[in-house]
Amino acid sequence: MIRIENLAKSFTLHNQGGAVIPVMAGAALAVGPGECVGLTGQSGAGKSTLMRMVYGNYLAAGGRLMVGALDVATAEPRDIIALRRRTLGYVSQFLRVVPRVPTLDVVAEPLLALGSPVDAARDRAASLLKRLNIPERLWSLSPTTFSGGEQQRVNIARGFAHAYPALLLDEPTASLDAANREVVLTLIEEAKARGAAILGIFHDEAARARVCDRLVDVTGFTPGLAA
Amino acid sequence: MTLHSTEFSQKIHDPDQPLLKVDGLTKRYGPRIGCADVSFDLYPGEVLGIVGESGSGKSTLLSCLAGHQRADLGRISYDGRDVLGMSETERRRLSRTDWAYVHQNPRDGLRMGVSAGGNVGERLMAVGARHYGDIRGKAVDWLGRVEIAADRIDDRPTAFSGGMQQRLQIARNLVTGPRLVFMDEPTGGLDVSVQARLLDLLRGLVRDLGLSVIIVTHDLAVVRLLAHRLMVMRSGRVVEQGLTDQVLDDPQHAYTQLLVSSVLQV
Repeated sequence: MIRIENLAKSFTLHNQGGAVIPVMAGAALAVGPGECVGLTGQSGAGKSTLMRMVYGNYLAAGGRLMVGALDVATAEPRDIIALRRRTLGYVSQFLRVVPRVPTLDVVAEPLLALGSPVDAARDRAASLLKRLNIPERLWSLSPTTFSGGEQQRVNIARGFAHAYPALLLDEPTASLDAANREVVLTLIEEAKARGAAILGIFHDEAARARVCDRLVDVTGFTPGLAA
Repeated sequence: MTLHSTEFSQKIHDPDQPLLKVDGLTKRYGPRIGCADVSFDLYPGEVLGIVGESGSGKSTLLSCLAGHQRADLGRISYDGRDVLGMSETERRRLSRTDWAYVHQNPRDGLRMGVSAGGNVGERLMAVGARHYGDIRGKAVDWLGRVEIAADRIDDRPTAFSGGMQQRLQIARNLVTGPRLVFMDEPTGGLDVSVQARLLDLLRGLVRDLGLSVIIVTHDLAVVRLLAHRLMVMRSGRVVEQGLTDQVLDDPQHAYTQLLVSSVLQV
């Protein structure tokens, strides 16, 4: 479902003398349906950079980046938009939403964007929020005022609202208590069971051991770090 | 309502064909460049953001696209029709039925001496609606959609707050079911809390009505939340374009990098 070949990335800092910083070269991995692959490597090795490239948020400098039948490395913006709507979900560490929109609608939005009826989308959103222990009295409020852990759970609910065939998870269990961590790990297991291909970053070693089928150390893709 | 269906209903459009194709659009003011060699495609349901500083040419480009100014060079094709080649009558008809233009200042887009309901109803009459009850019913419906209470229908826009005036302008523009909406700094003069509400409203309308939108703004936070794609302009030229979050998070051009790094963090 996700296949990366010889992927390269560099940043050119035009306002700092045009410095070119190569951050990735020769990256390669594959994630099949129903599989969860964990990215490892020390902080700054390029785990998040790789995830952002798969999502089309960072431009690739070279190589192939297949998600389903689309090469994200060379795709038109409009094809990436369609991919994100239907096929590729992303739970980042940050919740970015229009202020003042109720939590229930924030979570339902990915389904509405796919044309789901409003009631069905809200029902699905409500069941996820309930599972993730967000009290019902908060559903009508904007999540922008919530605690870090609550925002993280709203973000997860939003990311799991639609059954994406491929999912990117950036530290989905960070800042969660034991009970909510368990809920998130179960959601990941359910997604795998329905055939989702998952690429994730998990600092939580026990979580990683439980849901990941394989690990890929990105240090090998980092120019200057690979020994 | 006695409307010509061709004028009024949402026409079926192949989602894989661009609704608007712009090729090499150029506008000069004497020796000075307004905008130069701008090309892009806009598909149904897509929101394109155009950002740049004052004087970057973004407003000139918008007014050329909307036909408020005549471009010197280039081609604009709307739904397969050559816009620059059509007669003034034809173009006016298009801008009344298929297009809408939301001004930064609601006063430029509203008739301040006419009631809120009249502002919305007038547009319906311009495309052929005659039945008073239908017009009023539709006006009430649209005021509701932009969150203006039905009991304000007979008030003039002068009695409205800035945010309400802007929402009324949007209702006036969308009531005739346009497919392409031009917006010039629509959240420009508003308080941030009012801005948020308007952004949410616009997102919902774009999604539910399948609108194509070209929005000009200098506010990067607004385009991040509203635009699918982004064009960055400087000195009349497009220096970079792409997926909105990609352009903002991984800008390639020196000017875009400067623009993005100049935003104050809150």
